[in-house]
Formats: sequence, C-alpha cells, structure tokens
Amino acid sequence: MDVQVPNLLDDALGGGGRVVLIEDCVETSGAFVLHHFLKRSLSPNSSDAVIFLSFSQPFSHYDRILRKMGCNLVVRRDNKRLLFFDLLMLNSLGREEEKTSEDLLLSLYEKVHKAVEICSSPARNITIIIDDVSLLEVAVNCLSNMVLDFLHYCYSLTAEFGCSLITLNHEDIYSSLDKSSLILQMEYHADVVIKAEPLSTGLATDVHGQLTVIDKGLGGGVCNSGKICNFQFRIKDNQIEYFYPGSRT
Amino acid sequence: MAGNKPRVGSFSRNFTAASNTISQIPGLKHGPNGTMFLSSGILDLDKILGGGFTLGSLVMVMEDPEAPHHMLLIRNFMSQGLVHNQPLLYASPAKDPRGFLGTLPSPMFSKDEKSRDRDAEQEKGLRIAWQYKKYFEEQNSEFQRDEKSEYCNDFDLRKPLERHFYSGQQIDCIRLEDSADLTTFHDRCSSFLSQTPRNDRNITCPGRIAIQSLGAPQCDFADKECDMLSFVRSLKNTIRSSNAVAVITFPPSLFSPSFSKRLQHLADTLVSVKAIPDEDKELAKLLTGYQDMVGLLSVHKVARINTQVPTILEATTFSMKLQKRRSLILECLNQAPIDGSSGSSYASSGSCTGSSKTGALDF
Repeated sequence: MDVQVPNLLDDALGGGGRVVLIEDCVETSGAFVLHHFLKRSLSPNSSDAVIFLSFSQPFSHYDRILRKMGCNLVVRRDNKRLLFFDLLMLNSLGREEEKTSEDLLLSLYEKVHKAVEICSSPARNITIIIDDVSLLEVAVNCLSNMVLDFLHYCYSLTAEFGCSLITLNHEDIYSSLDKSSLILQMEYHADVVIKAEPLSTGLATDVHGQLTVIDKGLGGGVCNSGKICNFQFRIKDNQIEYFYPGSRT
Repeated sequence: MAGNKPRVGSFSRNFTAASNTISQIPGLKHGPNGTMFLSSGILDLDKILGGGFTLGSLVMVMEDPEAPHHMLLIRNFMSQGLVHNQPLLYASPAKDPRGFLGTLPSPMFSKDEKSRDRDAEQEKGLRIAWQYKKYFEEQNSEFQRDEKSEYCNDFDLRKPLERHFYSGQQIDCIRLEDSADLTTFHDRCSSFLSQTPRNDRNITCPGRIAIQSLGAPQCDFADKECDMLSFVRSLKNTIRSSNAVAVITFPPSLFSPSFSKRLQHLADTLVSVKAIPDEDKELAKLLTGYQDMVGLLSVHKVARINTQVPTILEATTFSMKLQKRRSLILECLNQAPIDGSSGSSYASSGSCTGSSKTGALDF
C-alpha cells in the first residue's frame, strides 16, 4: 500500500481557508470523502471544529459510520467541536416561491455565520461541510442562482474567518445542461476538486472506483502550478484504502 | 450470492428484548448496521439485494416505455405486504386504483408446488459446466412452513389474491390524477407514515408505499419537475424516520436527463427494467434461455444506510423469466457457448462495462 497517497487527500486541506468540491455520480458515491474529512478534522490531536450542514442523511447515519472509523460524533457534538445542522426537512413551501426561498437561504446563512463566529473564539481551524448541494437546490425549488449566491457568501466566510469549505455535488446531474451550470461555477471557485468515478472497466470487489484530485495550487505560496492526481480506492467499514492502480498486493 | 459469505467472528450480537420481538413479526428480519429488511415479494430480488428492501429506504424503479415489467415488481411488493397484514398505500395515475388490488398475485402454497426445483425438468443427463451455479442453489433445502410466517412468499401471477387479504385492511388507494399539486398527496403519505413511526420501544408493523408511474402524462404535475423533486425528497426524509419502505416507479424516458439523474440520486435502491425484443436473433445467439425471458432487470444502486461500504454485486443485470408462466424468477445472464464454427467471439451482454471517461492513468 502506498503510504504517500492518503497524504494527497489530506494535503488538499493543508493550509486552511480552502474551498474543496467533491463530485460524484450515481454509480460511485463520493460521500466517503466527506467521512474522511470529517474524521480528519475531528481527530483527537487537534481542536478543530466542523460545521456540518446535512441535507441528505440524518445524524444517526454519520454517527454509525464514523464510530466504525474510530470517531465518536456524539461526544464531539457535546464538546461543541461538531455543530450538526439537520436540514433534511428544510424546504420552502408556499405560493411566493422566490420570497420564501430567499428568506430560507438568508436565515441559513445567518446560522452558519453565527456558528463560525462561535467556533472561532478559541482560534482554531473551522471546516464547513455541505452534504449535498443538489438537495439544497431542491429545497429552494431549483433556483440555482440563489444557491450560487448562498455559496458565494460561504466563500466569503473562508476569506473572512480563514475556514475551509467542503461541498459535495453530483456531476452527472449537470452534464446534460447548458454551459453556465451550477457545477461549473462551483468548479471555478474551488481550490481543490475531487472527482469520484467508477472504473471504466466496471465493477470490482477490490477496487470500488477511482478518485481524481485536481489541486489548482492557488494557495499563493510556493506551489503555483496545479497538480492532478489519480488513484483508486477501496471502501471498508473502518477505513478507506487509497492506492495507485496496480500497486495493491 | 453463493460466494458472498460474511466472515463469522467469535463475537455474537447481543440482541435486546425489543429486537427479539422483530423475529416474531412476519415479514421483518435483521440486516447489517442496525437496519431491518422487508421482503420485496420476489425471492430472487431479496437474495440479490442481500436480504430485501431496507426499512426506511426509498426504492426507485426506472420503467421502460415499451413494456410494463415494473408492474411485476409493484404487484409482488404489494401482495407481500397484504399477505403479511402490513398497511399499504398505493397511488397510481389510473382511474380506479382500488380495482388494481384485484389483479395482485396470490401466494403459492409450498405444499402443492415444488417451485424451487426448476432444473428437474431440464436436461438430467448432461450437465453443462458453465451453468453449474444454478445447481448450487438446489442444495438449499426447502422445509415446510406456514405461508404466513414466511419472510418472502412465492407468488402465482396467474391467480388473483383472495379478497380477504385486502378487504377491511388498512389500504389507502390514491389517484395521482386528483392531486393537482403534490401537497395533498404528500400530506396523505405523511399521515400514512405516522402510523408506522420508528422508535426503539415497540416495533409496529412496517408499512409499504407503492407509487406507480410518478410523473406519467395523466398527472397535472407531470411538467413540474421541481415539485416532484421536492415531493420525493420529503417522502424520502419522512420514510427514513419511520418503519416503512416506499417503491416509486417512474418513466425516465419522459423526463429531462437532468431531472432523471436527480431522481436517481435521491433513490436509496435503484433498479431499472428493460424490455427484451421478441425474435432478436443476435440476442438469441448470445444468451441461453432467451426464449423464456420477458425482460431484463438491472440493479444500479443498493441502499447504504448507516454504512459507507458499497454493495458490489456479482452481476448487475438479470433476466426476468416467468417460470411456468406463474412466478417471477430472476436469473443471472448466461452467455451461450461460443459456436466453434463462427470465428468471432461475442461480448457477453451480462458484462458491466461502464462508459465513464477514462482516467488519466487507465490501463
């Protein structure tokens, strides 16, 4: 097993204040990357905080998964290291669709802003995770411009507070749409894009798919050139194995 | 699923008293990661999915406009629920959804028919090695059980369900045509699901929701894609916190690809059915048993609740056959032996070659 490879995924979040976009498709779900980042941010060695906006799964789902990976979300939530927003039932029911969607997103942004302020009082790295953006779109009646505005506000938070933003979206929803789709805008704004795809040869029990990490290197430091890495993964209950094709024994 | 035996460790699960009662409720069984399974009504599908439909999940079936095979899935699903006395909500765009109940299949008595030994009639003398997997299944012995307590019944599609199963039962039939927008329909689903809440103390009987052809042209809301998405999303979230399973069939050919993909992402378990053209000589040469097949069933996604590990199936496409024109069986596709006289080799249509973009380091 290649020991360097997991660091690739971790290096992506290196300095803090980065925007990460995870793309996946129906055949291969990218949720495991979220679990990886969640575990990494909530590791016992650090005091980092995570603000989790969940539109797709309830807290119990993540709790069970992370517990098998060795991270107790209930304890972290009690210690205020994890702020979990269960937004599954969030929607704008009402005749005046535009008004209520806007209010919805505004109040959501206020909550996030307040959460970031609370978390940043002992200075530490904050990560905002959104799972997933396509369901946020459905919640506001598919007004993708509003979702884009909301995301812009979140991007500004990364600049203001130095927190990281990790979002998940489904690339195959937008592949048939016209050019100025939401996913393209999100890709443009992201510092790191992680794509989870199936293998072109089909299903396999030992390799569950491939990850392509595109690091634009916009951190402004030493590394200005972008890096593209491609490696394969296998998902297990307690960990995720990453390896270059053919290097698994 | 013969090859996928889970590793048995030395630890055994300590079931609480409440969960012990689950085994006494017919139609429920324990699944991995604290989930429970409900039968789909089709024995082979239960095996393929690893036990059945996960309680609290949303199952979506993609229809094929050329053939009504999704009806087979819906019928078996509903019948299984009625046989087990489970509350059912059925919605369809038809004029008389209640009448549909009369067309549901009846369970076969295992005493009368030996439905499992399919191969007895087949070639007894010569056993062809490449079909040996079929014969392994025979080793699972059948023991007599009362039909009610069986987790999954074998349904006879030619015999209609007896009246006593669906009269006087908690069955809600809804005409999709009536709901101009989906809010009334959604409210009815919510009130149905409140009958089967999920809590640890007492396990109530699980409920089933079957929605046929959501978005069919007869419905007024068929062109309001976003409303339908909101509805499915709310239904999915409500189901997660209740003891029920919802099966929704929809016609992807009538929707925009983007909308269809969104629905596919919303599904916990995703399955599609396809028609098989009659008298297709190419397919007949490619597959064995082509004449008996009525359609193809593909499994695209299997529910992953409380776990991140994907379920990798040995095969994703199965042929749907009507055994003795009565019961639905799903079989792996078997490639016909390559005829020695013709030089070229055929690609197996059971293979799972995805058409994704090639990665940068693809071999």
